[in-house]
Amino acid sequence: MTLLPRRALLLAPLGVAAIGGTGFWLLLNRMSEGSYDPHGVPSMLIGKPLPGFSLPGLPPSDGFSRADVVATGRPTLVNFFASWCIPCVQEAPALMLLKQQGTPIWGIAYKDRPAATTEFLHRNGDPYTRIARDEPGNTAIDFGLYGVPESYVIDKAGIVRWRWAGGLSEDILHQSLVPLLQSLA
Amino acid sequence: MIPELGHFALALAVVIAGAQAVLPLLGAHRRDVRLMQTAPALAIGQLVALATAYGCLVWSAVVDDFSVANVAENSNSLMPLVYKITGTWGNHEGSVLLWCLILALCGGAVAAFGRALPSSLRARVIGVLGFTSAGFLLFTLTTSNPLERVWPPPLDGRDMNPLLQDPGLAFHPPVLYSGYVGFSIPFAFAVAALLEGRVDAAWGRWVRPWTLAAWCLLTGGIALGSWWAYYELGWGGFWFWDPVENASLLPWLAGTALLHSAIVVEKREALKIWTILLAIGTFSLSLCGTFMVRSGILNSVHSFANDPTRGVFILALLAIVIGGSLLLFALRAPAMTATGIFAPISREGALVLNNILLCSICAVVLTGTTYPLFAELVFGAKLSVGPPYFQATVFPLAIPLFAAMSLGPVLPWKRAELWPALLKLWWAALIATFIGIAAALGLHAGMAALGFAASAWLIAGALAELVERTRLFRAPFATVRARFGAQPLSVWGSAVAHAGMGVTVAGIAGMSLASSTIVALHPGQDVVLGGYDWTLLALRDEPGPNYTARVADIRVSRGGDEIAMFHPSRRMFTVEKTSVTDTAIQTNGLRDLYAVLGEERDGAAVLRLHVNPLAPWIWFGALVMAVGGALSLADRRQRIGAPARRAAAIRAGVVP
Amino acid sequence: MRRTAVVLLGILLAAPAYAVSDPAELLPDRTQEQRAEALGHQLRCLVCQNESVEESNADLARDLRRIIRQRVVAGDSDQQVIDWMVARYGNFVRLRPPFNAITLGLWGAPAIALLAGIGIALVARRRRPAPPAPLTDAERQRLADLLKS
Repeated sequence: MTLLPRRALLLAPLGVAAIGGTGFWLLLNRMSEGSYDPHGVPSMLIGKPLPGFSLPGLPPSDGFSRADVVATGRPTLVNFFASWCIPCVQEAPALMLLKQQGTPIWGIAYKDRPAATTEFLHRNGDPYTRIARDEPGNTAIDFGLYGVPESYVIDKAGIVRWRWAGGLSEDILHQSLVPLLQSLA
Repeated sequence: MIPELGHFALALAVVIAGAQAVLPLLGAHRRDVRLMQTAPALAIGQLVALATAYGCLVWSAVVDDFSVANVAENSNSLMPLVYKITGTWGNHEGSVLLWCLILALCGGAVAAFGRALPSSLRARVIGVLGFTSAGFLLFTLTTSNPLERVWPPPLDGRDMNPLLQDPGLAFHPPVLYSGYVGFSIPFAFAVAALLEGRVDAAWGRWVRPWTLAAWCLLTGGIALGSWWAYYELGWGGFWFWDPVENASLLPWLAGTALLHSAIVVEKREALKIWTILLAIGTFSLSLCGTFMVRSGILNSVHSFANDPTRGVFILALLAIVIGGSLLLFALRAPAMTATGIFAPISREGALVLNNILLCSICAVVLTGTTYPLFAELVFGAKLSVGPPYFQATVFPLAIPLFAAMSLGPVLPWKRAELWPALLKLWWAALIATFIGIAAALGLHAGMAALGFAASAWLIAGALAELVERTRLFRAPFATVRARFGAQPLSVWGSAVAHAGMGVTVAGIAGMSLASSTIVALHPGQDVVLGGYDWTLLALRDEPGPNYTARVADIRVSRGGDEIAMFHPSRRMFTVEKTSVTDTAIQTNGLRDLYAVLGEERDGAAVLRLHVNPLAPWIWFGALVMAVGGALSLADRRQRIGAPARRAAAIRAGVVP
Repeated sequence: MRRTAVVLLGILLAAPAYAVSDPAELLPDRTQEQRAEALGHQLRCLVCQNESVEESNADLARDLRRIIRQRVVAGDSDQQVIDWMVARYGNFVRLRPPFNAITLGLWGAPAIALLAGIGIALVARRRRPAPPAPLTDAERQRLADLLKS
């Protein structure tokens, strides 16, 4: 046993601690930037076709199905929302802005009573092209949804391109969503 | 006025700790006796300052001074007095101050009880403790000051988290922190030894009692926490492999390894470098355990309020304390040489095996806890590592550890034969096999049977060691009695602690056989679970000091005989607007009956009922382990004085 | 709903959900229910801090419990149920991570730790000072003389 490997062995604990510390520091940085969320669940749908569904609408209007969304042949935003969700209220202006820019937004009311949904839209504005209801929450699970609001961008071919978990803001609109929609058009 | 006094005392403590970090170390380096002599006074001074600061915080909480932000956020005028006091450490800021107070207590303890230590070693130990204190006090003062004022003061406080308003959790943090922070003393001894460049049997003898004390407290703290989770969270479980729980298990595993390797240093002057590394590692894991869980990076049930800036400060602090000591280790450890030689099969060999297995378990738990972060960072993949992973990896490593636990104590030092040692344990092996087979046949549960066998092996093995030492059944009664009395307490201590582990293992195995059910009962209806008849008699409301409770009256009977009246409840806390379930538990020592009240639907109450065989043994075993440690400690204290006093007498004659 | 709570309150000691769930959820068939519970314990409640689907009382966990039971009754194997969940929520949903290239270090940890421990012990052993050399004839003679006197 020469001296060198022994030295290396005695340095190993410091090395392990240094690597661990650096890793922690990187993650702390990412967390304060907002690019790492320990509780976030990444979407499994990106690059995959929109899952199949057929949901009832908000009376008196009809709901919609996967085929209806794909049939438009346009990049579309599918937005899960609920009247009981506070970030949904906060994201309403951003959605209204998006609507004004001409993007079709298809809304799915998650675990909500029709009357409450109507009241919510009345109060916060209705950005939706069409609205469907997912009261049992099964379609939401097929999307891999883990909270409301959640928004999905579907391209012309019906492939999911982008998912945002949480309320949309104007910043997100300008930074990622609008450029993406333009590139898909 | 009082909070300002506390604030001042805290600032004073930072200054004293700074002096404590510099002067004694400088003195030891220059061999300046006068500088070295400042160490105990500074340590005591820091302790007094911090005790004052903490006292002021408690005072503010007791007199409902809601102009103190921490009191306003975590207390309420309606709260019972005891929770006003315990509430001071039920939040981030207060708990950090408590942590610092206990660290100062450790410094004070070395100053008070370490008179027999060589003066340079004592100065260095206290200096290292002062250095650590200074860092964490600075952290407290700058980022987490519990004595900050708010203006204007609110009329009443926001109340404490209802989950914490419980005696089990209220007293859990001080015990747990004492365990965590207690390992700062072995750490300081290790760093001091590296600075001195010398580790010998005497060093091992000084380190062991401190390690034992910290270990006992940590064992108690973990057991209290687990017990609290069992009866307060109402999940019917006792260990969830949550990052925060793992964070307390890691230093316990490393500390247990340290406890055993320090024996080898003391008795045989071997494993010195390893023991130094373990002492540093144990306290490092304690630090990571207390502070990393507060950064919010890990996904845990018990997270404190998160603040990334605090995280960076803590990380820098840990980098200095842990990185610095490990660097010193890499530089100075080569100077340590082992003198004791031993064969692989010997008491030392068994202790080495114990260390390898304990550290492997520790490494596995650490890997599992941090792997999601690693996967995120390196692969960008999101993973969960939950109880199934820990169960699958820890149990296989625990089984050989249990096997070695009974074998080690009957092996002689230096060189041993395996076969004669095994012969001493033949009846323990027989009992374990018999219980294992009987359990396997009777319960049809392989893992539980293995657990019961391991438990029997541990308990019988501990007895076998005592039988062996006292020559029971082989020597005349008088000899046995004499040998019985002549055994040092440490022998009793280790046997008791090992048997305690056996008791805990039996409890865990028993819990794996628990049965539970969820039912909706109308008053008057009943259900049968585990051979017991559970009847819901009535549902009623009951007012409390700062909550209102919904109570279910349940009669549990067996064969018509009433066994217990249960009153599980749900408490609605008025200020916090949250509800907490209050579990009803009845134990007869062999099994727990456990009832939780859920929601009500159409006049029916949803009840979760459990029958948990041997559940109390889990915590009783931990208590037995801690008692074993305390027995050993009692012995150490007597023996440590004698050689140290003699050494002091010799030194007194020689001018240094 | 949970997300709102996280965003607004910043959670101090996230109040765990008390999973006294609806008895109507439970399957009448005891073996099927046990299978469903075992499966639920292996799946993460995605909106909770660190709980399994079986332990949590969150809405989503309740839905997932229901789906697990539906699939168990429909005759899915355990693997099929888990695959179904992974297809929607990724490996994050599995509390027992799969064995693959990414988790090699995780599942290999016990073996790596044990081998490293044994390796260190062996290296340390080889470095241990040699036992003192046996006495030379001259020394033995001296010792004998000393003992005689």
